[in-house]
Amino acid sequence: MPDSDIATSTQSMTDPPRTEPSDQDAQPGDVQEAPQRNQGGLADIAAARAENPTEGREVVFDLDDVMVSYNGRPAITGVNMQVHNQLVTAFIGPSGCGKTTLLRSMNRMNDLISGAKVEGTIRYHGNDLNASGVDAVEVRRRIGMVFQRPNPFPKSIFDNVAYGMRLHGMKDGLNDRVEKALRQSGLWEEVKDRLKQSALGLSGGQQQRLCIARALAIEPDVVLMDEPASALDPIATQRIEDLVDELKTDYTIVIVTHNMQQAARVADKTAFFSVDIDNTGNRSGILVEFDSTSTLFTNPTDPRTEAYVTGRFG
Amino acid sequence: MSSVVTSPFGSPSRRSRRRKMVGRMMEALCTLAALAAMAVLILVVYAVFRRGASALNLNLVTEVPSTDAYGNTTGGIKNSIIGTVIITGIATLIAVPFGILIAIFNAEFASRRTADAIRLVLNLLAGVPTIVVGVFIFGLLVVGHGYSAYAAAVALSIVMVPIIARSTEEVLALVPAQLREGGMALGATRARTVVTIILPTAVGGMVTATILAIARAAGETAPILLTCSIFANQVTLDPRQAMGSLPMTIYLDAEQPSQYAQHQAWAAALILMAFVLVAAIAGRLLSLRSRRRIEQTR
Repeated sequence: MPDSDIATSTQSMTDPPRTEPSDQDAQPGDVQEAPQRNQGGLADIAAARAENPTEGREVVFDLDDVMVSYNGRPAITGVNMQVHNQLVTAFIGPSGCGKTTLLRSMNRMNDLISGAKVEGTIRYHGNDLNASGVDAVEVRRRIGMVFQRPNPFPKSIFDNVAYGMRLHGMKDGLNDRVEKALRQSGLWEEVKDRLKQSALGLSGGQQQRLCIARALAIEPDVVLMDEPASALDPIATQRIEDLVDELKTDYTIVIVTHNMQQAARVADKTAFFSVDIDNTGNRSGILVEFDSTSTLFTNPTDPRTEAYVTGRFG
Repeated sequence: MSSVVTSPFGSPSRRSRRRKMVGRMMEALCTLAALAAMAVLILVVYAVFRRGASALNLNLVTEVPSTDAYGNTTGGIKNSIIGTVIITGIATLIAVPFGILIAIFNAEFASRRTADAIRLVLNLLAGVPTIVVGVFIFGLLVVGHGYSAYAAAVALSIVMVPIIARSTEEVLALVPAQLREGGMALGATRARTVVTIILPTAVGGMVTATILAIARAAGETAPILLTCSIFANQVTLDPRQAMGSLPMTIYLDAEQPSQYAQHQAWAAALILMAFVLVAAIAGRLLSLRSRRRIEQTR
């Protein structure tokens, strides 16, 4: 395959090229589907990523037959997957297939919804997240979350970033830590002169980067992102994507996205979810395929995955 | 082949003419009713102002009621003004924590059914006639102990709690759920999120609710009638004693044969009404501003 040299040359690749590699026509597996080029070079973008990014990496999350239900009705069932360290893993799929539900259960945010129940095991570095005696506060300190719509607190920019730190008693060197977090999220230069002003005065993209800084400030291990750029304009979206790419050297990132191109651009591994209708007519989400991004987009195994990524549905 | 061209929208039929007239009459009636409501307020304010303004002088606030050498009533209503401030102040100190805590419980911790039940109870409490509240406190705190400002304050606080609790709950509900989620995603417990994020966001609305409750309570007469209606003509700061209040002064002085006393009553009415109007307007303006601020966080 023409691009295999680029793709598999190094396992410690952290910055895959964004430019489209050479001609794709000779790829096996897509012989019948000429329209690959019609998705704006989706396969081209994806194919630039490593084919086996997890080699040599630690397992951070181990999901074993996970099912999440709301008031008895299953939202997503039978999920088996592993998330590896310092990689970006993307969840893609049509609306209503439980991607966000699954993401939220990875840091126990579904506890906030009465009637939500998680069955199966979600292991974080080998520890069952839902075991009795596990403190949800500790879980969320290590596994942070950024939401779809920016939700800065109506406080100053400084107080927003410092909130988590003050919460967990990380009070020494507050000013330096705040600066570090803002630099990490690429917001420092824009706000360094107005740290005491209200966070609500920032633009949407800036607010989202502030929320990312706020999540990074408590030095988590993992950052979960639920469609972080879907409420933003294209330029702000690009900045968020660049940011995700930079962050993965230090953090493990799981990102839910509706945007396939985004998954192809930023993710090392991609999980494709879909909706399954069982024989009683109940809809629930299922994990269809989970593989390295390049494989999923250029050479998917499951026909449903292929139909989705070539745009025939969803 | 007539040469007369009639427009399809030609002259209205009798039915449509009548319909138009009925419509215009209804509009006029509604406008008149609204004007009448405004007129009543303006008339009341004007009447109180005209009669009370003539008695407005410095003596009013610096002197207590007294009798001069000829047995005529004279002096001011200083004790009543201070009394209203103290009684309403204590009532606020009691009602605000209760009201806010009830609202937080309902908004954050209660299940749907419990919250609905509490809201119903608050509405019923708000509907209890204030004279009944007065009798209740009379039996509880006055019998055997005598009139006191404390008893009046407790009675007024019962009137204030539903107002504060309902308005505060409304404001808390306006705070978007994303803020709660954001706080908890950082590892804050539910209680911590409420205290450090939700309450500071809603504080403007809570202040407004309190101001409106004060405006309402300051003018309630029936609870005071049964808890603090006989008082000395001097200033006391001890809440265990009975003390004067503006509503009681208006009631007692208005019925006195002395014209001086009646002027005092009008003046007291003017002061009370001015205070309530200013507080109510300030409360509504603050409410708009605090709602706008919360909307920004959406």
